[in-house]
Amino acid sequence: MVLQTIWFFLWGLLWAVYFMTDGFDLGLGSLLPFVARDEKDRRAVYRAMGPIWDGNEVWLIAAGGVTFAAFPTVYAVMFSSLYSPLMLILFALILRGVSFEFRSQVESAAWRRMWDAGTFVGSFLPAVLFGVAFANIFQGIPFDGNGVYRGSLLTLLNPYGLLGGLLFLLLFLEHGALWLAVKTDGPLHDRAVSTAKTLWPAVLVAAVLFLGASAAATDLYANYLGQPLLSLVILAAVAGLLGIRFFLRSGAAWKAWIASSLAIGSATFYGVIGLFPAVFPSSLDPAYSLTAHNASSSPLTLKIMLGVTLAFVPVVLAYQTWAYMLFRDTVHGEEEPDVHY
Amino acid sequence: MEVLWLSRLQFAVATFFHFLFVPLTLGLSVLIAIMETAHVKTGDEEYLRMAKFWGKIFLINFVIGVVTGITLEFQFGTNWSRYSAFVGDIFGSLLAIEATAAFFLESTLIGVWAFGWNRLSKKAHATVMWLIAGASTLSAVWILIANAWMQHPVGYTIRNGRAELTDFAAVVFQKFAVLEFIHTVSAAFILSAFFVMGVSAYHLLRRQHVSFFTRSFRIALVFGLVFSAVEVLEGHLHGADLAEKQPAKLAAMEAHWETSTNVPKYLLALPDEENERNTLELFPLPGMLSLLAGHSVDAEVTGLRDIPGDERPPVLISFLSFNLMVGLGFYFLLITVVGWFKRNRLTESPFFLRIMLYSIPLPYLASELGWTLAEVGRQPWIVYGLMKTSEAFSPVAASQVAFTLVAFVAIYGLLGAVGFYFMARIARRGPLPA
Repeated sequence: MVLQTIWFFLWGLLWAVYFMTDGFDLGLGSLLPFVARDEKDRRAVYRAMGPIWDGNEVWLIAAGGVTFAAFPTVYAVMFSSLYSPLMLILFALILRGVSFEFRSQVESAAWRRMWDAGTFVGSFLPAVLFGVAFANIFQGIPFDGNGVYRGSLLTLLNPYGLLGGLLFLLLFLEHGALWLAVKTDGPLHDRAVSTAKTLWPAVLVAAVLFLGASAAATDLYANYLGQPLLSLVILAAVAGLLGIRFFLRSGAAWKAWIASSLAIGSATFYGVIGLFPAVFPSSLDPAYSLTAHNASSSPLTLKIMLGVTLAFVPVVLAYQTWAYMLFRDTVHGEEEPDVHY
Repeated sequence: MEVLWLSRLQFAVATFFHFLFVPLTLGLSVLIAIMETAHVKTGDEEYLRMAKFWGKIFLINFVIGVVTGITLEFQFGTNWSRYSAFVGDIFGSLLAIEATAAFFLESTLIGVWAFGWNRLSKKAHATVMWLIAGASTLSAVWILIANAWMQHPVGYTIRNGRAELTDFAAVVFQKFAVLEFIHTVSAAFILSAFFVMGVSAYHLLRRQHVSFFTRSFRIALVFGLVFSAVEVLEGHLHGADLAEKQPAKLAAMEAHWETSTNVPKYLLALPDEENERNTLELFPLPGMLSLLAGHSVDAEVTGLRDIPGDERPPVLISFLSFNLMVGLGFYFLLITVVGWFKRNRLTESPFFLRIMLYSIPLPYLASELGWTLAEVGRQPWIVYGLMKTSEAFSPVAASQVAFTLVAFVAIYGLLGAVGFYFMARIARRGPLPA
């Protein structure tokens, strides 16, 4: 019981870290056509993500792997139910990865424009689709007692799901703009800051709408009513959002980015806490819902995986922090012979 | 039924394609690390230029390997949900360990390596490549342990309608996994060695960058020779292990129908599945199959007729993929031995260089044939003896899978064409002038 609960929240944590890290890559990739005016700007945008996006993406693989290891039934039913959106996300992420690599291979403006479009689509689609998918999970997915999905392709594109997609997109755009502000100086930095400022009210409105709509569309609040202290996570999300605006005003871009990370992490946990103990609720009948208790691995596997996770995740965090620190200085878009991209 | 076949086809496309890039990542990382270390030790700038040149090809290859690997991890859930629910307790944890213990390190450090030339000391930069090589190999360890478990499940019990873990060490350290690891990683190292030798041969034939590519060639030659020898020896142990653990696969790949002792190995044969016999059997080596499979000419080798019809793998595919792979394996050993004697006069051996240039695709072919044998030869089982492939697929609409299958073929086709084009272009252009 305790093990399953620990795993439930570790599962949530891995998704949260994925959104906090790769979230800014996805946001920045989606902003590329709008914040970068020339090739120099675009190179700077790529270099702002270049050394770290790949490491960030592994949090997705870890989140997927942990879903498989700790909650195999969830992994099976979730990924087959969400077959089309998940495949679309994966294709998009493939496109993003190779766009980064291929665009600098040919000295041609048309060639680069093509892969810039790839970067945009490959970042924009996952940002929206992760939001749509998670909002639908919060709401419940129509699958039966045998784990067979009973909805259609369009079932997921309901108003609440779309609102989730919009919220994720806006959060990631804001996160990406702030990362660009941290990593650049001069006019590109100024444009990143003003983009973040312009986007901010929209993020706030989407967040408030989502919190409200969740009351009507989901059962997320049941846990919060039972244990009001949990509402601190909602306060943390709001504090993060307000913090972004506060630090933007004082010109401390990296603090604003930390605040944005807090907002994204708390927003993820807002949903995760609300779901508990369900990992993947069914909208057809609560009895079909997959929970931390009825869908988990055996105690032995949970124990071994807990050991592995507790041993390795801190190490991963340590060397990823080292990598971030190694590339902490601002990037520029000038052509340099020894810089990849 | 349609969903089953579409899903199998999609998995085959995704896996074959992914494995066009994995071996070069595994092996070239080691070769580049050797070059960088040689630079640190000797101070010779040419080794640094070598690391940078091969590194450019490595990075393109690496990225395609990474992005196509992600789809594989998720495909177990999307297309093989019944399998995933049945084995997740064991198989899922192995994939999760791969991500946390190995893949994180590899992916984080690749950015450090690519962008860190001016930020790290020479020694630290070389160390990063060694760590990338180590982490890639460690990734392979966990993935191959997972595959070995599908080939020969151990350390489990059937409880709650699924396979649950009872003995983690038995899963991790089983002989099948150890052999599969040595086999696959050696194959990857051979492929990388032939890649480097082939590209070097291209330039040596044109007598350009002679010192640069002679050095590259020789480093790869030693690597290729050693692991070709390892592969042939290990291959023998592997076959003997199969006789014990997957008799159906062994019988199919050898096209051996009648259970008997003192079984010969035919150098040329052609199986006829319908009539359960071989239409052609030429050049027998008396008692050889018994000797290889059971360490004695008197050893009994199970024939396909003693395996129920619905538990036999496709014979022709298993047989052809096995024999072609083995033939290629011997060729790799032979040609690298020849290379060893020509190592000091490479530019005077244009015929040999041309052979090496045209040999670049052969280890790719051998690797894919090896996986064909491993996976097709395990059929009809997805987990040998435990779960059939026909019971494993997801309850999704055939139209969905058909659509993504077409998308996979289109996207991967394009990706492969562009990726290999760039790798070939960098290879042809050669290193930057000193």
